[in-house]
Amino acid sequence: MTTNSSQTASRISTFVFLVVLAVYALAIVSIGLAISFYGDQSQGSYTWIYMLGLSIVSITLATYVLLQSRRHVTTMKTAVPPQVMTTIECRKCAIKNVREFQRGDYVYKELEKCQKCDDKQIITAIYKEVKEKEKKYPF
Amino acid sequence: MNVLAVLPVLTGQLLGAGDIISQIISVVYILFFVVFIFYGQRIQMYAAIREVESSLHKLKYMREEARKTAIETIKEIGKPATDPTPRIDRYLEYFTIGPQNMDPAGIVWKLDHILDVRDARLKDEVKLMAPATDEAQVYNLENTLEAAMAINFIFKVVRHFYIQGKKTLSFYTILQLQMILPLVMKEAEAYASALKAFANGQPIGDGAGPLVAAKLMHGYEVRKVPKDCVVATVPFEGRSALVIKAEGPGGNVGKPGDAVKAVIEENEGKIAMVIMIDAGLKLEGEPVGEVAEGIGAAIGGPGVDQFKIEESIAEYHIPINAVIVKEDIGDAVSPMRKEIADSVDKVLERVKSVVLERTKEGDKVIIVGVGNTIGVGQ
Repeated sequence: MTTNSSQTASRISTFVFLVVLAVYALAIVSIGLAISFYGDQSQGSYTWIYMLGLSIVSITLATYVLLQSRRHVTTMKTAVPPQVMTTIECRKCAIKNVREFQRGDYVYKELEKCQKCDDKQIITAIYKEVKEKEKKYPF
Repeated sequence: MNVLAVLPVLTGQLLGAGDIISQIISVVYILFFVVFIFYGQRIQMYAAIREVESSLHKLKYMREEARKTAIETIKEIGKPATDPTPRIDRYLEYFTIGPQNMDPAGIVWKLDHILDVRDARLKDEVKLMAPATDEAQVYNLENTLEAAMAINFIFKVVRHFYIQGKKTLSFYTILQLQMILPLVMKEAEAYASALKAFANGQPIGDGAGPLVAAKLMHGYEVRKVPKDCVVATVPFEGRSALVIKAEGPGGNVGKPGDAVKAVIEENEGKIAMVIMIDAGLKLEGEPVGEVAEGIGAAIGGPGVDQFKIEESIAEYHIPINAVIVKEDIGDAVSPMRKEIADSVDKVLERVKSVVLERTKEGDKVIIVGVGNTIGVGQ
């Protein structure tokens, strides 16, 4: 029905954004520490690996949260509706035409005469075509 | 989990090293647990509140769009002399009080009367708002306003529980709201797409029944029956079919209960079978437009018409069959999908086989196409 979302709805939460920023900052500090521990082996041989691992996990999680928030914002936008079509038929000549719906159309409305014969054309169907999403379930 | 497993080892190693940073990390680590032990539920509640808030933003936007569409459509079709906005705003706040049910005997007739009064009142309001409209347009505008009214109501109810939950900081109020929110949003979205269909007079998924009836009665003489319905006598597989539907092409469901009763009484109860065709809610996983067959009065709404049909058929011991076209709530109130339009022939095949198997040649059968006949003539 609509193509846009409201302005308030399209923002990513400031709180979430700040938390993500803080995590990114801490991860960068952690990477720095990992580098320094790598240089100074007296801190224990594996400390720098833990530090690096921790920062990678933090960055991954923060990025995931950020992407999830963006995806959520995307789903807030309502989809553009598919076009509604009108099928017009001449029963005598079996000619079928499909055009866009116009206000005032209704099923079994009689329209102007057929170009080939004198019979009046009628609207036989009004419908929209929806593309089915790919099934995600095995059943 | 990885982080939690790594942290104690890491802090232990760092503490061993006596580093100030390792001590800070250790304190943060302990604080993290303390906070989650004491404030875990509250954090979860704030997350739920945020989710409800974002849905509320969407509902608010839908409500504003619905109101705008209703105003624009009334101005465009109805050509009112004055601005209809204040009257529309008043219309959106209308309510209906159901009958008292402490003594339920006779409640159907009371409910029927209240629904009649409501219907007449709303139609009068539309006529006042949009004087330059014919009857079909009045029905369409009434449907448009009712869809806007439904979205407005959904928004206000969700907002009510959101504010109440926030005020009382009740975890369970917010949690209940969050749990039902996907279904509520689905319904609101269905009404939002219905609004455009009603404003333009397009057939909706719920019109599957009237569409089948219209296909049967097209080209035959049609007469009006109470209330807001039409009937045509159609030869059908050597039987005589009395085909009933709401009068189209305006957005109208009519009162099939009264129509069936009137037709049965006209024929002094000599009806071999009643077949009802309606749109039925599908379960997830079922395809849209699938046709199913069963027994009973296939009709939704507040139950008044179902009650009347059951009364009439029980009085004359008439068997009743139902054929439904499966669709979900969104499909039922949005412009008709091709799958539903294409199911008409499948429904007719089912009706034909039921009639051939269960009635004799020369019998009279009633075929009722139940649903909103918007965009479907006869």
